[in-house]
Formats: sequence, structure tokens, C-alpha cells
Amino acid sequence: MSADVSTNTPSKLEKILRAGHLAVTSECGPPRGSDSAAILKKAEMIKDHVDAINITDNQTSVTRLCSLASCIHLKLAGYEPVLQMVVRDRNRIALQSDLLGAASFDINNVLCLSGDHQAFGDNPQGQNVFDLDSMQLIQTVRLMRDDGKFLGGDEIKRPPRMFVGAAANPFADPFEIRVPRLAKKIAAGAEFIQTQCIYNLDKFKEWMKQARDRGLHEKVFILAGLTPFKSAGMAKYMKNRVPGMDVPDEVVKRMSGVPKEKQPEEGIKICIESIQRLKEVEGVKGFHIMAIEWEEKVPRIVEEAGLYPRPQA
Amino acid sequence: MIVAERKPIEEIIEEAKGFDRILVAGCNECVTVCEAGGKKEVGVLASALRMYFMNQGREVKVDEVTLERQCDHEYLEEIRNIIDNYDAVISLACGVGVQFMAEKYFHKPILPGVNTVFMGATEERGVWSERCQGCGKCILAKTGGICPVSRCAKRLFNGPCGGSSQGKCEISDELPCAWQLIVDRLKELGRLDEYEEIMPIKDWSTDRAGGPRKVVREDVRQ
Amino acid sequence: MRLRYPGSIRIVRVPCTGKVDIIHILRAFEKGADGVYVVGCMEGDCRFNRGNLRARKRVEEARRILEIIGIEGDRVRMFNLSSGEGPKFAQYAVEMTEKIQSLGPNPIRAKARRKAA
Repeated sequence: MSADVSTNTPSKLEKILRAGHLAVTSECGPPRGSDSAAILKKAEMIKDHVDAINITDNQTSVTRLCSLASCIHLKLAGYEPVLQMVVRDRNRIALQSDLLGAASFDINNVLCLSGDHQAFGDNPQGQNVFDLDSMQLIQTVRLMRDDGKFLGGDEIKRPPRMFVGAAANPFADPFEIRVPRLAKKIAAGAEFIQTQCIYNLDKFKEWMKQARDRGLHEKVFILAGLTPFKSAGMAKYMKNRVPGMDVPDEVVKRMSGVPKEKQPEEGIKICIESIQRLKEVEGVKGFHIMAIEWEEKVPRIVEEAGLYPRPQA
Repeated sequence: MIVAERKPIEEIIEEAKGFDRILVAGCNECVTVCEAGGKKEVGVLASALRMYFMNQGREVKVDEVTLERQCDHEYLEEIRNIIDNYDAVISLACGVGVQFMAEKYFHKPILPGVNTVFMGATEERGVWSERCQGCGKCILAKTGGICPVSRCAKRLFNGPCGGSSQGKCEISDELPCAWQLIVDRLKELGRLDEYEEIMPIKDWSTDRAGGPRKVVREDVRQ
Repeated sequence: MRLRYPGSIRIVRVPCTGKVDIIHILRAFEKGADGVYVVGCMEGDCRFNRGNLRARKRVEEARRILEIIGIEGDRVRMFNLSSGEGPKFAQYAVEMTEKIQSLGPNPIRAKARRKAA
């Protein structure tokens, strides 16, 4: 890669995107215990096939090893982590403090999220925080990075240098504000977007078109989110049970149309085909492959989707 | 109004069973409207307690009174002459009334008879829902008259989150998504373009976060 | 028709069963009644639309409260019949009386008497 690509941060993900390559990211969920080997093992499986690895932050509100410590393990092993941060569990003091903690290990990517409501997790009786919202967390990271200031106004010695990401769900309701909401996140300071899992490609294309109409695709790097189905049951579950998920009937039908033992294969095929179709969509700058507890399949998906080898940064 | 729910009778019995003379005190304001602690509920609870103690073979005096308000000195004074006829008071007022009575009658156990839940409105008889959390800095002018603090499960100022589905919140099919309501109302008012203004980080110091609050108005103060 | 029904029953007339409140039922027990039943019009035939449906819910609530304080919930019940069904009125009266007799006297009255003795 040429050295003259100008970046805001030392992030490898940013370099690859700014150099014009299609980026590939993936995610790993930390273990429900303190064994760092569990997270390293997952990362090991995918490290040569992705540019950066997101570490989820107590996803679905189930208590796990923290995202920050997991990212540190990854960083120390030489990988490129994306620190996911939800605003559900920490107030602005803790969020800023953890951002500095991450920066002290030169963790250079952050994904700012609201977080699932705690009602879904293992501590539904817990208090939630939501001192900031995800939009305001984006602003906070940018303030800390660009102005070198805390929210309280004081100066930060050695500010964090993080490439700032946000999530977007093109399928949630109300649909008419999905693109304005993207614009809002960009205005707040988001530099890259990782979308919700895409199964309804037509609806996603409609969303991208609206984003292009406003020129948003040139202001932010949009990484299309994908999760391969392991089974027809999973497809039905995602369709009916997961809030904000849009799984069209024909996709469920396609999964159910093959014998059970062939369903994992079909799920991977659908994922690869989707990537190939999404590559043609103007404004898609990369892919975020969330193979939930199925990390071993990521290399094959990346290879067969024609995204391998990964560029060096 | 302040909305409360009747406490389970078992729980009230558990707290009150050590006393021989009990006054059940209702409140004529909010808790009457939300049918948790008005004269009617006082009658039902007192009757149930009398029968419970009779059934236990105990002679316990359980009397009834309903005050105009339990959050004002004047009305609380009305029981000054009778309060020492009782070993304890079960107050069916909201948490404010219970505490104000306890402050006034410092020597007397005052037990809560309701669970105070929220500030809300009567959607229909028997259905009350939350509208305000008293954050101390009202932003309804900016959100189409719908409060994200009290009505969004994540109190997002820049919602909705990705969990909004068909107008409902991710935590329950029965809960409307506050941000869907806000967007609908902004649209109705022809102000949807305002949706894109980023709401600034909230100053929570006027909220419970800033410690117990007090309002003083010098011009009306005596 | 000159139908007979048990003489132990005391009838309290109300304009509509919707007028009956939980407190009326509880007071009856407090004053020593062994059982209380509410006889309303057929469901769907209320002149005031929902009076008998409201009554049913209140009867259920009274039943719940009685159970909590240690009095059998079966001592309170709701019946529905139409105005022309005299025999049914008598039949329900017998049914309820038999039920109460099987349960015995109101426990709190029994205890109060024991205490007085």
C-alpha cells in the first residue's frame, strides 16, 4: 500500500479503507469466563482473512469477559481489534476512562453502540445507565481525539487516536428516518459504519440509494454486515425473534428447502452470494462478517467471495 | 398524577402484624384517581386486615381515615388528635405522603400500603402509563411533545435504536417505541427535518443523579 | 311458581350487579355471613352493558382477597340468569347453600364466638 494515503489515526482498518480497498472485518464474542485463550483461539482462526476484529461488549446483555480486556489480548497478540462500546453499562466517566485505557494499548478502532436492553440478558433486574446515547458517544470520542479534550473541558495528555465507527440498521423502523439517522451519525463524527445483518438485499439497496442521493457514501465507509445461517431454524429465529432483523420469506424458504445436514452449506452459499451482489452496490466499502460462534467458516467465506488475500497495511 | 399500585395484602400483613391498633390512612389525590389508595381502597384493606386478625383469633383495632392530601402540613395535621390512639399507621398515599407523615409524626411507625410507580396518565379506567420522570430539564419542545427520558427504554436522546420494530420497543410488543411516536408527531407537525439535529449530551445534574432536589420560589415564600 | 329456596339466604337487592363492590362483599363476611353470591343477568344482556361483567371481576377480586386472609374463596360466587328463570334462581340458591354447608361456618365468626364464650 502506498504510504501517502492520509489518515486521521494509525488504524490499519482506516488505512485499508482510505487506500480504496474493500475492507473485511469480523467479530468475536468474548467467553463467559476469564480464559483469554478462548478469545485468542477465535481470533487465530480469522486473523489472516480479516483486517480488523470487533470484540462485542456484553452482547444481548449477557455478562461476559469485557470487550476492553479482550481487545488488549488481541492487540498484544498482534491483531487489529475494534473495541465495541455500549452506553448501557457505563456513564460518561467510565466511558472516557475506558477509551483512555484502550488508547494506552494503542487500540485504534472503536464502535459506538447503544447496546441491547438489559431485559434480554442474564441480569434483567439490573439498572441501566444510558448517560450518553450512541450518537453522543461518537461525539465524545471525536472530541477526545480531535480536540484532545475531556467532556468536562480539560485537556487530555496523549489523547486517544481512534478510528470511529457506528452501527446502522437499514431495516429497523421507522424506515423513513433510517437514512437521516445515518446522516446524523456521520454529523456526529462516525467515520465507518457496520450495518445490521443484511438478508433483504433489495431493501438494503434502497437504503444505499437514498444514502447516495445525499452523498453520504462519500462521507463514511459503509461496511455491509453479514451473518451466515447455520440452519433453517436459525433463519426462522432471526426472522421472528430478533428485533430489527429483516429476513425475507424466500431466504427462509431456501434454507428450509435443503435437507438439514446441507443447511450449513446453504447458509454459507447465501452469505457468499450476498457479498458478491453487494460488491456491485455503489457505496459499499467493505464487509463485516459476523459468524456467530462459527468463526472457523470466515476464511472460506472471505476466500470464496473473492476477498482474499487481504491487502497489507 | 403520581401512579401507585396496591401492595400485596400479604406483604402489608407481614409488616403490620405486630401491632394491636392500626390506622389505615388514604389520600384523596393521585392515589384515589389511580385506584390504589383512596377511600375505597382504604375500606377494602381495612376490612381485609380486620378479618385476617379475627381469623387469627386476635383482637386488633383497624380504623380508617382518608385525608385530602398527605403531602401538605395542613391536611396531615387533621390526624394529630387521634394518631396516638394507634400503634402504627398504614399510609396508602404515595411515597411522598408516607414520608411526610413519618416526618410529622416522628414517634409513630408509618408503613407504606402502596408501591409508588411513576408519574403518568390514565389511558383508560384501570390502565395507567408513565409520561414523566422529573429529570428537571424538559425537552418536550424538541421531541414533538413525547418524552424520550420516560418513554424510551434506553432514554435515548437521539433514537430510535436498532431494536425498533413496527412501532414497538425491542423489550416488549406492547410498548410503543418512543422514537416512532416522536417521528410520527414531528411528521404531523411538519417538522421532521428537525430530527436531524443532534440532541446534545444531557445535563443530568437536575435529575436524581444530582442528589435530592428542592424547588424554592422566593416570591411566594413566607 | 311458588318455588322454594333455602330460608338461610338474605337477599340484598341492587339496581344492577354493577353496583356491587368488593367492599360490600367483604363487609358481609366481616359481619358474619358464611357466604356471598351475586346473581346477575346473563352475560351480554346487561341493561347497562357491562354491569354484570364488572360484578364478576369484583367477585373474583373478593375471592382472591379472602383466600389471602385465610377464608375459603369458594364462599363467594357469581351466577348469571335471565329474569324469567325462577327455577334456576332457586336451583342456584340450593347449590350455594349446599356448598357453604360443606365448608361450615365463616371461620372468623366461629372464632369470635369462641372468644366470647
